Amino acid sequence: MRHFSNLGYFFLEGFRSIFAHGLMSFAAICMIVCCLLIMGSFSLVAINLDDMWGTYEQQNEFLAFIDENYAQEDALALESTIEAVPNVSDAAFVSKEEAQADFAADKADNELFESLPATVFRDRYRIHVVDLEQLEQTVNQVAQIPGVVNISAAPEIAEGFVVVRNIASGVAIILVVALLLVSLFIITNTIRLATFNRRDEIAIMKMCGATNGFVRWPFVFEGLIIGLVGALAAFFLQWGLYTLIGQAIDSSDTIQLITVLPFQRLAGRVMAIFAGTGFVIGVGGSLLAIRRFLQV
Amino acid sequence: MIRFIDVYKSYDNGTKALKGVSMRIDDGEFVFLVGPSGSGKSTIIKLITAEIAPSEGRLMVNGYNLNTIRPRQVPYMRRTLGVIFQDFRLIEKKSVYENLVFAMRAVGASPREIKRRIQYVLELVGLDSKGDRRPGELSGGEQQRVAIARALVNNPSMIIADEPTGNLDPQRSLEIMMLLEKINELGTTVLVVTHEKELVNRFDKRVVAIENGRIISDGTGGYYINETF
Repeated sequence: MRHFSNLGYFFLEGFRSIFAHGLMSFAAICMIVCCLLIMGSFSLVAINLDDMWGTYEQQNEFLAFIDENYAQEDALALESTIEAVPNVSDAAFVSKEEAQADFAADKADNELFESLPATVFRDRYRIHVVDLEQLEQTVNQVAQIPGVVNISAAPEIAEGFVVVRNIASGVAIILVVALLLVSLFIITNTIRLATFNRRDEIAIMKMCGATNGFVRWPFVFEGLIIGLVGALAAFFLQWGLYTLIGQAIDSSDTIQLITVLPFQRLAGRVMAIFAGTGFVIGVGGSLLAIRRFLQV
Repeated sequence: MIRFIDVYKSYDNGTKALKGVSMRIDDGEFVFLVGPSGSGKSTIIKLITAEIAPSEGRLMVNGYNLNTIRPRQVPYMRRTLGVIFQDFRLIEKKSVYENLVFAMRAVGASPREIKRRIQYVLELVGLDSKGDRRPGELSGGEQQRVAIARALVNNPSMIIADEPTGNLDPQRSLEIMMLLEKINELGTTVLVVTHEKELVNRFDKRVVAIENGRIISDGTGGYYINETF
């Protein structure tokens, strides 16, 4: 409990130590900034891709054709049954007439299709799913509903989306973990150097009766400050970098397909992740570094 | 109070540093521990400060049983001791005052306690006018006085001095011993490890002699039994 009354002292000692080993502290902050920037850039690319894929997923639909012997009222009554199927996000009824009109609009350049009667078409539902990975299962369940006579779906496209997204997520996770480990290694070595330089002081403190906690706290604060300063610097650099790239993409004629989420929408999450990562590698690195020097 | 009861200490490399040491140092005593290099003096100091644990036998220091002490209790046991080293071990970049603050901070003393106590110990060791000096600006004798002040600052019940005069000339050595005697007269138990025969012989104190990990003599008389030390 007494440690709490020494918080100011620990903070001051940690702060002083940063300047006592200014070059190493600067190097550690730079490395954390680099690692967070790379990690953040990959994560932001992944978030944007995810958002874009989310949009495409929304557009990925399948059609459930209704038995032509069903009157329109009976066909409309199936909506709640279809929407009750797990993974179905919404089911929109399309009547024979609307289907005919859509078809004719698609084939506007071919007069042959304009006079096609609506009775040739079936009532149908346009169905969107929540999770593309479960598309095939959902299609099978919808096909089991009495009154549904046929299904038109393209699961291979959905699978393609899933595979691409999974690969991107996998690569992003591996990179993030690797960069986290690199940051942890660097900060551990920085604090280890600081503790090595101060090993005599630590030995004196221990001989005077300092507890391990008392010896450890200033180094924990040092790591914490380094981690958080690195996180803050990385956040603002990331903001600038992201905005620049976003502006370049928006003003480009050739890459109009790509939409970039505004940074303001992501800033809170980025800040929280950077601060959390800075905290973990700062404090974790310090604790790892000092462990050996406490055994006096 | 310190009690060694048939204590043995063997190191991992096979060295048998202590071979059945038994001794008792009561509160308020002044004791010289003498012996040649490699006799086991340093091992005794390390055992008392709980840097190492005995291989066999029982060891009590100021009410703590060091055979069963938990690691988290060791700092509290050490607060009952003040240790002085031959090479002073002062922090060069801190002033005399800051060195003492550092030692008191280490045990969580409040700023008010620190101010009051440091003033007292600096006066006790005769350095009250040199609190703002750095160790490098002081003579060897003065540096050792700072080390004594640091050992005293947390008000331990026992001072352990490991060759405290090893780096000092005879006159400064005598002054340091007289200071330790004065501290002892104020009620603090003092254990001094030394090689210096003349110095030991000038004080009529208890002398424990150790050789090859065994205590070979223990008595008051202020002289070395073995001339080869």
